[in-house]
Amino acid sequence: MKIVACIKRVPDTETQPQITADKTGLDATGVQYMTSFYDEIALEEAVKTKEAHGGDLTVLTLGPADSTKEVRVGLAKGADTGMILVDDAWQGRDCRSTAKILAAKIQELGSEVAFLGRVATDRDNAAVGPMLATFLDWACVTEVTELELGEGGGTAKRETETGVETVTFTLPAVITCNKGLNEPRRPALKGIMAAKKKPVEEIAIEDVPNQASVAQVELPPARKEGRIVGEGADAVPALIEALQNEAKIL
Amino acid sequence: MSTIVVFVEHANGSARRASLECLGAAKATGANVTAVLGGPGAGDVASGLGANGASKVVCLTGRDNYSPDATAKDVAKVVQDAGAQGFLAAASINGKDLAARVAAHLDSVLFSDCIGLEAAGDSFQVMRPWLAGKVLATLTSSGPVFCATTRPNVFPIVEDGGAAEVTEAAATADAKVEVTAVSAKEQGKLDVKEAPIVVSGGRGLKEPEGFKIVEDLAAAFGDAAVGASRAVVDAGWRPHGEQVGQTGKTVAPQLYIAVGISGAIQHLAGMKTSKVIVAINKDAEAPIFKIADYGIVGDAFEIVPALTEAIKGAKAGV
Repeated sequence: MKIVACIKRVPDTETQPQITADKTGLDATGVQYMTSFYDEIALEEAVKTKEAHGGDLTVLTLGPADSTKEVRVGLAKGADTGMILVDDAWQGRDCRSTAKILAAKIQELGSEVAFLGRVATDRDNAAVGPMLATFLDWACVTEVTELELGEGGGTAKRETETGVETVTFTLPAVITCNKGLNEPRRPALKGIMAAKKKPVEEIAIEDVPNQASVAQVELPPARKEGRIVGEGADAVPALIEALQNEAKIL
Repeated sequence: MSTIVVFVEHANGSARRASLECLGAAKATGANVTAVLGGPGAGDVASGLGANGASKVVCLTGRDNYSPDATAKDVAKVVQDAGAQGFLAAASINGKDLAARVAAHLDSVLFSDCIGLEAAGDSFQVMRPWLAGKVLATLTSSGPVFCATTRPNVFPIVEDGGAAEVTEAAATADAKVEVTAVSAKEQGKLDVKEAPIVVSGGRGLKEPEGFKIVEDLAAAFGDAAVGASRAVVDAGWRPHGEQVGQTGKTVAPQLYIAVGISGAIQHLAGMKTSKVIVAINKDAEAPIFKIADYGIVGDAFEIVPALTEAIKGAKAGV
């Protein structure tokens, strides 16, 4: 089976971003990056799929040329090839444009299944997976917490606000992965050594212009300063009083 | 005048609240609103949507099991046939999934989980959180159709009592994906993202059984959901579906009560746009108190049960 795992570089979730002087972007100075949390789960599922079904796994990212570090982690865990679609404008790339650029490469690779995280923890759109599948005319199941792949198709489970859905789908397919699907492994030393010999290709992209433009970026309004109403269970009546008469929400 | 098509989710004979809010968001821009919905029972819900801002309703008929890809094709056709300038859905799990597919069919970018929407010239602009709400971005699109999803609990529902013209369209697209079964949540159990009140617990509850006091408080409110910090989800105490924060769900309820949660930056990002925040923590220096409107310092196992009793009393009008 030809498998692809798509990963995205995002700011570390423990950092507080700063806004640029022109208020239309985020200041990249000093920002630490990580692979998006859910993309680690996607990568793990891709490795497990290769282990179960055999085949060939490519780790694909659209980002800066120095994404090599993140891509090599995928190689160390068992991927065969790394590919960086080199994008100097990656920080401002919109979801449609991202999906179109990924779709062109995945079409060329002839993959049968693509794994992505359910959402990237920077722009939070949760859109690239289903858009990618739509542009490829593939099946897509999002937010997957259980997966079984078979000949020509598979079944998956996913949790919505109202319950757990059981879904059947045909291959080829895009699967977006949620927490609970697996526990991402740590790369073994042997894998890290092997990864050094595996190829990481840097590929120039054909630009797809963004449709989205940023008019302004701002910090959320600061919350009005609150107060400690008291200590211990004795403070409960004061809290109820405040919720009823100040906040007026009881 | 512009037209916005809104995808409406429904269950058990009524439209989901987040979809009604989405209709309200569309109506508030001044646009004509066309609702589109499908699946069994759609006809029963359709005529009522006039009261919530729709002037037209399109019922997609002939498909029993939900298929996100086929429904997206059918909905995209409705958008094109209506000559609409905008397409909206609620930022629910299935709303975001469907909207991304519809946007791709319309070759348009999508803005998910918007907290602001307004008309801007011939098009629209949205405000939406980046990085789970650490910053807010105002965005416009040069795409052919303005596509967005609206965050639950943000936009008011319109209740102007209008009537809508209901038409039917056959759901004809082929399905590559089909939902074959849904195991429903416990009756009355609300999702943390959609509940008007969220009571969340963290490591301060000491052990999984400690969540009993959080569950009891949520039950006393009646319309509250239980949330959890990343630490207790990672420890396996609570399901990931309850996790609030940057690697969980971003929530904006009317009331958020944090019990035994110290307030890591990625948790705060996920809940600090809640209308009112209450924190209960034994550490008076915990970061959660810096963003809470009201705090009580002390032992959660004494405070929360007392609060539960007080809420029961307040609900009973005592």
